[in-house]
Amino acid sequence: MKILVCLGNVPDTTTKVKFADGAALDKTGIQWIINPWDELALTRAVELKEDSGNAVDQVTVITVGGKDAEPTLRKALAIGADEAIRIDAEPADAYSVAAQIAEAVRDKGFDLILSGIESSDYNGSMVSGMLAEFLNNPSVSAVSGILIQGSEVELTREIDGGKEQVVVPAPFVAAVQKGIAREPRIAAMRGIMMARKKPLTVIPAVDVNPLTEFVKFELPQPKPPCKMIDAEDIDVLVQWLQNEAKVL
Amino acid sequence: METKKYSRGGEFMVKDIEAGDIFIPEEFDEEQKMIAETCRDFLDTEVMPNLDRLDAQEEGFARSLLNKAGELGLLGISIPEEYEGFGQSFVTSMLASEVMGSAYSFAVTYSCHTGIGSLPIYYFGNDEQKQKYLPRLASGEWAGAYCLTEPGAGSDANSGKTRATLSGDGMHYILNGQKMWITNTGFADVFTVFAKIDNDRVLSAFIVERTFPGIKFNPEEKKMGIKGSSTRQIFFEDCMVPVENLLGGRGKGFRIALDILHMGRIKLGGNVIGAAKLAIDQSVNYANERKQFGQLISSFGSIKYKLAEQVIRTFANESAVYRASRNVDEFIEAHPEWSKEEAIVKAFEEYAIEAAILKVYGSEALDYVVDEGVQIHGGMGYSSEMPIERGYRDSRINRIFEGTNEINRLVTIDTLNKRGAKHDFDLYELGNEIIHGLDSLEGCCCCEQDYFKNQKSAAKQLKIVGVMLMKAVSDHFGRQMMNEQEILNNISNIVMRAYVAESTMLRIQKKEMMGHDIAVYKDLLDVLVYDSAEYVRKEAMDAVNSFLDGDTKKRFVKGIKHYTCVKPVNVKDARRRIADKLIEENKYCF
Repeated sequence: MKILVCLGNVPDTTTKVKFADGAALDKTGIQWIINPWDELALTRAVELKEDSGNAVDQVTVITVGGKDAEPTLRKALAIGADEAIRIDAEPADAYSVAAQIAEAVRDKGFDLILSGIESSDYNGSMVSGMLAEFLNNPSVSAVSGILIQGSEVELTREIDGGKEQVVVPAPFVAAVQKGIAREPRIAAMRGIMMARKKPLTVIPAVDVNPLTEFVKFELPQPKPPCKMIDAEDIDVLVQWLQNEAKVL
Repeated sequence: METKKYSRGGEFMVKDIEAGDIFIPEEFDEEQKMIAETCRDFLDTEVMPNLDRLDAQEEGFARSLLNKAGELGLLGISIPEEYEGFGQSFVTSMLASEVMGSAYSFAVTYSCHTGIGSLPIYYFGNDEQKQKYLPRLASGEWAGAYCLTEPGAGSDANSGKTRATLSGDGMHYILNGQKMWITNTGFADVFTVFAKIDNDRVLSAFIVERTFPGIKFNPEEKKMGIKGSSTRQIFFEDCMVPVENLLGGRGKGFRIALDILHMGRIKLGGNVIGAAKLAIDQSVNYANERKQFGQLISSFGSIKYKLAEQVIRTFANESAVYRASRNVDEFIEAHPEWSKEEAIVKAFEEYAIEAAILKVYGSEALDYVVDEGVQIHGGMGYSSEMPIERGYRDSRINRIFEGTNEINRLVTIDTLNKRGAKHDFDLYELGNEIIHGLDSLEGCCCCEQDYFKNQKSAAKQLKIVGVMLMKAVSDHFGRQMMNEQEILNNISNIVMRAYVAESTMLRIQKKEMMGHDIAVYKDLLDVLVYDSAEYVRKEAMDAVNSFLDGDTKKRFVKGIKHYTCVKPVNVKDARRRIADKLIEENKYCF
């Protein structure tokens, strides 16, 4: 069984986001990481491979990005992926990313295609579903558990008020969320040393026009100053809520 | 194979070094960054959430963290691959030390184990000793410790009273004595113990396992800081050590101890960078949240001054640390004719001056950073609720262990003097020239148009002051010079500042060569050079006022004023710009 994990190269979650000219992210000084949700998918994929009861013989990671995305791929190799593919194009929107990946992996024999439920940069939650559509594969969202039982794969999904279990024939595409993996992996020294020997293939992009374009970004308005009212002054609070905030 | 040029240890005092010749942290490769990230991830997940458990010395907890670090391979970074380590370069091991250095008490546990606890066996052990101990130390199966200090033998390490005598059957050394302040004692499995065999005047070293008969341990010491690190006294009472556990040969102990100390000093320079960056983050986070008089305190000039100084000293220390660390690797690479171990040990001896400088400057820089960190926190800084309080207490030991800063200041000058006397480089010849040229000095020589030429000349002049005073003190006191500790401290401070200022200047110049935007770094360098020149002037004046008089003194005073003349800097605005960058990013970003 072969697993493909789709990885996004995103700014570290503590990055102070700035825009160069209102329409593009200012990339100066940004630390790039594997999208945390995709990292969960990768962790589970590596766990499935390590569990000798499962016949997973390969974990491949793929991303759409320029050369500057390669450290993220090599980190994935250090964590335990066997090979990496970089599609040489700047990611434009979810549609184009999904189309690029679909072209690259179609007919390559991947049984499980995993990605995170969303990305921590644009939070679109679309690539996974679109990729399934392009590949004409089943798509399962919000997956919090994957178990391989012989030739069948049992998935657990988080639903309102509980969980549901579904069995899906491979190949399929799953968007995974928290709870999927036992614990996050830290790249060990041995993994880091081995990563340089593992294959990282760069493939050319296909011609895909994005369906959307970024027109403008706006930062959230700064929070207004906090008004402190003494706990003893209930009257002042009530008066304020009535007259100023007008919520009573 | 072409032998690469490398700078001799201490040679920076007489040699012009180009920016292209030094290594700067901006040149770390992807793999090194990944190793640093692994260290950081390990700390974030395993250590930082558990600092209270560590400080309470919860039974087995620190040891379990070492195990986890071992599983990730972080204990074997410096151990060669044939002994199941990862054989990384010295620079890489320094980067790991930097990151792990932010881990409060655990930083000490880790650096003791991976440094003084493991490396004596790697550097000085025979193959059997290495085969037996190194894989276990690299994996964390065994923990390491190092026993040099005794109640009556601290800075004067060779005066230890612990004795070893050969057993009647010649199979064992029988150890008797007492060691104190031994880090990791609570759980260490292997100790490198220093003792004198019979009536030897010099030390020998022994590998002692915890399970050998005749070892007793005192309870944990109650300490001001690094409370989570295990520190105990050890008593050897007829402790039976197999003869094959003698390390490096009879009488080699003092040399081993010194070499390991040189290594530990550079490593300490790395450790304190991580601790300082963390304390700066805590300081700016707090300053960006705390309001007084209706404003964030980060908007006040007094706070900006402190934040900027924290950054300047940390950046300067980092520049010097990685420059010297790369020198160590270059030295090793330039000597393929020696075994790796031999080359490493010789490299530490070679860069003993730099190691002592880094130890002193780094530990004092960190003490400044945490002290002002507490001050920025105001009353909250004094509360144990805030992490800066722990950082403040934990910092203090750095000026004491790995050789006190007092010893290291003397080591700097003693070693420089010996190298000069041996003509390793032309220290005293240059000193002579400078002194002879004092009469012909005119005006101020800080008027180069080119920015870096000007800064380079300023940094070089600080070195000139140091060289001039070395020569004057050596001529004046001759063999008695080492008794003039106050004056030697003055000169040592000058040498230290000159090295650090030059390293920072070269780093920033190299950053520019690499295409980085260096606007705010120029502010940093301006303030550092300006401050260093003022500091050097005072130290130099103190020195000459302490032993020269009459016309000779006048000539030297003139020289000192000439060579410490730097272009005026609006230090207020420069510091504000540095602080503003830090405040904007809300974390160390230099």
